[in-house]
Amino acid sequence: MVRYILKRLLQLVVVLLGVTFLTFMITQATPSDAAEMKYVSMGMMPSTELLEKTREEMGLNDPVLIQYGRWLGNVLHGDLGESSKFGESVWTQMTRKLPMTLKLAGVSLIVVIVFSFPLGILSAVKKNKVADYMIRFLSFFGVSMPNFWLALLLMYIFAVRLGWFKVVSTNSVQGMILPVATLTIPMISSYARQIRAALLEELNANYVIGARARGIPERRIIWGHVLPNAILPIVTLLGLSVGHLLGGASIIETIFSWQGIGNMVVEAIRVRDYPLIQGYVIWMAIIYVMVNLIVDIAYRLLDPQIRLRKRVD
Amino acid sequence: MNVLELEDVSITYQNTKEAVKHVSFAVPEGRIVAIVGESGSGKSTLIRAAIGLLPTGGVISSGRILFGEKDLAAMTAEELRHVRGEGMAMIFQSAGDYLNPRRKVCDQYVETLRCHQKISKKEGYEAAKKMLATLKLPDTKHVMNAYPFQLSGGMKQRVAIAMAMSMQPKLLLADEPTSALDVTVQAQVVKQMMDLREKTGTAIVIVTHNMGVASRMADDIAVMKDGELKEFGTREQVIYHPVDDYTKKLLRVVPRLQGETDGE
Repeated sequence: MVRYILKRLLQLVVVLLGVTFLTFMITQATPSDAAEMKYVSMGMMPSTELLEKTREEMGLNDPVLIQYGRWLGNVLHGDLGESSKFGESVWTQMTRKLPMTLKLAGVSLIVVIVFSFPLGILSAVKKNKVADYMIRFLSFFGVSMPNFWLALLLMYIFAVRLGWFKVVSTNSVQGMILPVATLTIPMISSYARQIRAALLEELNANYVIGARARGIPERRIIWGHVLPNAILPIVTLLGLSVGHLLGGASIIETIFSWQGIGNMVVEAIRVRDYPLIQGYVIWMAIIYVMVNLIVDIAYRLLDPQIRLRKRVD
Repeated sequence: MNVLELEDVSITYQNTKEAVKHVSFAVPEGRIVAIVGESGSGKSTLIRAAIGLLPTGGVISSGRILFGEKDLAAMTAEELRHVRGEGMAMIFQSAGDYLNPRRKVCDQYVETLRCHQKISKKEGYEAAKKMLATLKLPDTKHVMNAYPFQLSGGMKQRVAIAMAMSMQPKLLLADEPTSALDVTVQAQVVKQMMDLREKTGTAIVIVTHNMGVASRMADDIAVMKDGELKEFGTREQVIYHPVDDYTKKLLRVVPRLQGETDGE
């Protein structure tokens, strides 16, 4: 197991190199120019000489590979570079914005789990009864609504018309309610449906008939057998969602002016703030590799078939 | 007294075809009844109905099934649960598939025992081990601590039989319990079921397409074809004095097959 984890962490290094290199190339290929955007974002129209000077200063005139090499060298020395937009180090920017995203992601994840599991289970156990139809009907809307529209809708109803919340979210419990609701309503809907489907598939398995034939109480079959087995495919999905949430939900953070990392990267892309984009990409790559690793480990713990087969190998 | 009584039972799937048509027969205490017939004759459907676990889409469209003197359809869920496992037990064809692949044999065995008896986990574990030993399973500790997928088909079948027999049910339902097994294990399994009847007086309904197994085990034989009960009688009646044409045909096939194998 330890060897397996080490191997995966080694893969992380390769992934990081590949991902940062690719992003570097792609950002360089975009038509606008970082030096120009730096001034435009400050509301200035720089002269050609000034632009040329700034380009030279920012190292934008060197070949792309040299620029990447320089950036990589600095990163290996623990220096992620300086954000051209915010004029402070990428590290400071990221560590300031990350806690906000982590908070939003953590709360959302808890809300998703707390709501989607009971709804999914209820829907599966009461299949084709009133409760199931209601959950399926509502979750259909939840899944279908684009989140920017949902955000604006919630804002309009609860902030503008009812005045319960502020339009601009603050870092408080009250300020979190709308962004969390916007993030979680589609997720709860889709998870409730997924959990329902996974449970129904498991409920059709022969071992359920076997357990019934042995006189095991239905409640025990659901909680002790079906649910633990049905959770396996859900774990993979949850892993992807965690990665998605930790990357900062850009649209929602932007709409609600939530000062998280998603909001930050949208801004960074707008002004071609290469070092900041690169910093974000490193973070995302780490998140996804780690989440995948955790999902794989969870799989091994939860599924003896995978655990034991690997041991034989 | 009859342990199981089928009165004019018809079963339909998805309101389309009748899988079982107006079948009636009774299984007295301690008696072994074999239901024979080719696949699709409705014999498996019939015993799945007897334990109240018809495959999806199947419904009893007429008649009733009595366990002891009680109508299965009139039982509450809790009564039915008590009957299953305790009053009647079922051995499925390829019974290993009817165990949870992600739980150890001992967990599932002990869970089953504890759902019907007030015993500690440890007592349950010991009882299960003892039962596995009587079924001549080698290295019972290994079997108990294994996951179902770590055991061979024959071992899983015997584990399932042990679990079914542990509660000493009044009625044991067996759906082709031997057809997935090789011949030597088949003989053992047949013997163990007959031993159970000797020891505890358990009545057995065994579904099989194997006339050999039927004639070795059964006191009574029921012959089914296309959902109809063609013939029901004692083993001697059915084998030596069959009335129905289909039964005669079935019986003609058996010796010829054996003859052919002998000739090789």
